[in-house]
Amino acid sequence: MSPLANYAEQFAATATAGGAEGPAWLPALRQRAFDRFHALGFPTTRNEDWHFTSVTPIAERRFKTLKPAPTALTGADVAPFLIDPSWHRLVFVNGQFEPGLSQFAGLPAEVHVSTLAEALRERPEWVQAHLGSLAAFDDAAFTALNTAFVQDGVVVHVPVEETVDTPLHILHVIDAQAQGAAIHPRLLVVADRASAITVVEQFVELGASEHLVNAVAEIVVADGARVAHYKLQREGSAAYHVGTVQATQGRDAAFHSFSFAEGAALSRTNIYTKLHGVNGEARLNGLYLIDGNQHADHQTFVEHIAEACASRELYKGILDGSSHGVFNGKVYVDPEAQKTDGKQTNKALLLSEQARVDTKPQLEIFADDVKCTHGATVGRLDAMPLFYLKSRGISAENAKALLTYAFAAEVLETIEVDTLRLELERAVFARFTHTALE
Amino acid sequence: MLTITNLHASAGDKEILKGISLTINAGEVHAIMGPNGSGKSTLAQVIAGHPGYEVTAGTIEYLGQDLLELEAEERAQAGVFLAFQYPIEIPGVTNAYFLRAAYNEIRKAHGQPELDPIEFLDVMEEKLKVVEMDASMMQRSVNAGFSGGEKKRNEILQMAVLAPKLAVLDETDSGLDIDALRIVAEGVNKLKRPDNATIVVTHYQRLLNYIVPDHVHVLAGGRIIKSGGKELALELEAKCYDWLLEPVGA
Repeated sequence: MSPLANYAEQFAATATAGGAEGPAWLPALRQRAFDRFHALGFPTTRNEDWHFTSVTPIAERRFKTLKPAPTALTGADVAPFLIDPSWHRLVFVNGQFEPGLSQFAGLPAEVHVSTLAEALRERPEWVQAHLGSLAAFDDAAFTALNTAFVQDGVVVHVPVEETVDTPLHILHVIDAQAQGAAIHPRLLVVADRASAITVVEQFVELGASEHLVNAVAEIVVADGARVAHYKLQREGSAAYHVGTVQATQGRDAAFHSFSFAEGAALSRTNIYTKLHGVNGEARLNGLYLIDGNQHADHQTFVEHIAEACASRELYKGILDGSSHGVFNGKVYVDPEAQKTDGKQTNKALLLSEQARVDTKPQLEIFADDVKCTHGATVGRLDAMPLFYLKSRGISAENAKALLTYAFAAEVLETIEVDTLRLELERAVFARFTHTALE
Repeated sequence: MLTITNLHASAGDKEILKGISLTINAGEVHAIMGPNGSGKSTLAQVIAGHPGYEVTAGTIEYLGQDLLELEAEERAQAGVFLAFQYPIEIPGVTNAYFLRAAYNEIRKAHGQPELDPIEFLDVMEEKLKVVEMDASMMQRSVNAGFSGGEKKRNEILQMAVLAPKLAVLDETDSGLDIDALRIVAEGVNKLKRPDNATIVVTHYQRLLNYIVPDHVHVLAGGRIIKSGGKELALELEAKCYDWLLEPVGA
């Protein structure tokens, strides 16, 4: 069976077995999405956006759809992944919502947070207005696949001038039950005018499994709103992970995205934002740490549609073993987007001879009064800092570890949630120095 | 303590040190002076084990060991310290962590137990006074965003913590205002002991008003062209380097 026939068969099966539930528009949306996926097929390296990343391992694996099943995981099992137990959290195991492991009752009454399934029952028209409005699937096979098969997810609506002080934690735990399965989580965040929220979306693995996570997040940042989205991809080394975050920003709207990726055999993370209103600010930062035969690909796309917006990007990668990193940073500046101030920086640190990185900044600028810069460096640790540390008695091995951590720390410093920053600083420090950061 | 014999060193194809010989005993302060490009910073860095220089001839004996056989970190563990002319910024690593890591590696090399962060705080408290530095500096990244004076003071702080037997100060006075110069010099003087030695590399006599040398050597063209007592520095100040350089071409 060809990969597409596999999904066609599964789609037909889910459409008859409950996939038709929910509002009437939903099966139609799924069908459109599936038809589009079927027409597009999985991207190949002939596709410019996938030039350095072959998804053949995903296409040839014929991932199945999981049937709903109770989880055996307990609060103690997921406790290590709770970055801060006081946060509001929704926990999903293998894509299925687990109310017993979740806790988000303390949110302000005006703020709507629910599973997608519940939102489809409680406010179907509102969901219809937003779901799929940003994450277009005309040219995006994985987004089409997610839309066709989406099981559940999270819907967040922050009303006008409402601020959610505590981060909202969406924890996806994948365990051995997910062996051979594809999971298509969805996130929809709508932050109305002058509201603010921070969302931490985390993907972790408990027990090895070979599976595909194909996640899609849509984020609306209305005029004057502030949304921070942190994505942590810390899956196991046999996992496949494709994720797209698509944001849109209004006037004076701020969107801060941070992507931390250290898991999966093959991962592709797309972070896209469109600056539709004047004075918008987008900050897209990221750090990936890979080793062995891991492949990690990041694509960012900032579209400056309105004038006087600023975008800042800092992406860093640390590559060891025979790993392969890809960074493709696209910036589009519309003819209307005068006074655009864009800066993109991409740095990769190679710790081994075999590690490889492909980096491709792409600037398409159609306005004349703009300030746009980009810089990319790929290299090894500098000799002078190494000598400096060694001249103080620090061994070559420890000096390298410390400087590798320092390379990562520059981008971790941009994390504005203190407990999260500390968590990642500790994890990265331990990874390279094998000692604890005090 | 340190015996340098006929030292030649190159950076790439360029020979910079062309036969330096120098003997330094415990308890002594030696000043190495000379015009720009004379090789004085190269000498300092070769002693510390800078990887950018190749020693092509000559020997350096330090406390009975062949110093050139040792890696930079082994030299530091054996008590050699270089205060950098341009201290390196390491964003992301705090001064506190950096200093304790260095301190503990040196202790480990001598078979002594390592100190935990709390124990190390006590060590730091005393050393910070030597260079009149505030404890808040310990939580900042190593030299990142430090002023020129703060960087140099941080070098002397490291020297105070690591307690070297042989300290080499490479142009520590450059870029310092008079207050910072005084603090740095007083720090160095407080750390002086009968069993350690100091090499002060400087272009100007000014620093030597505060750190009084026992011997002064003038380096030019990669060679020591004159050695003398502390009065030689004053003579240089009055007459400039041309006084010594002229006979070379004559």
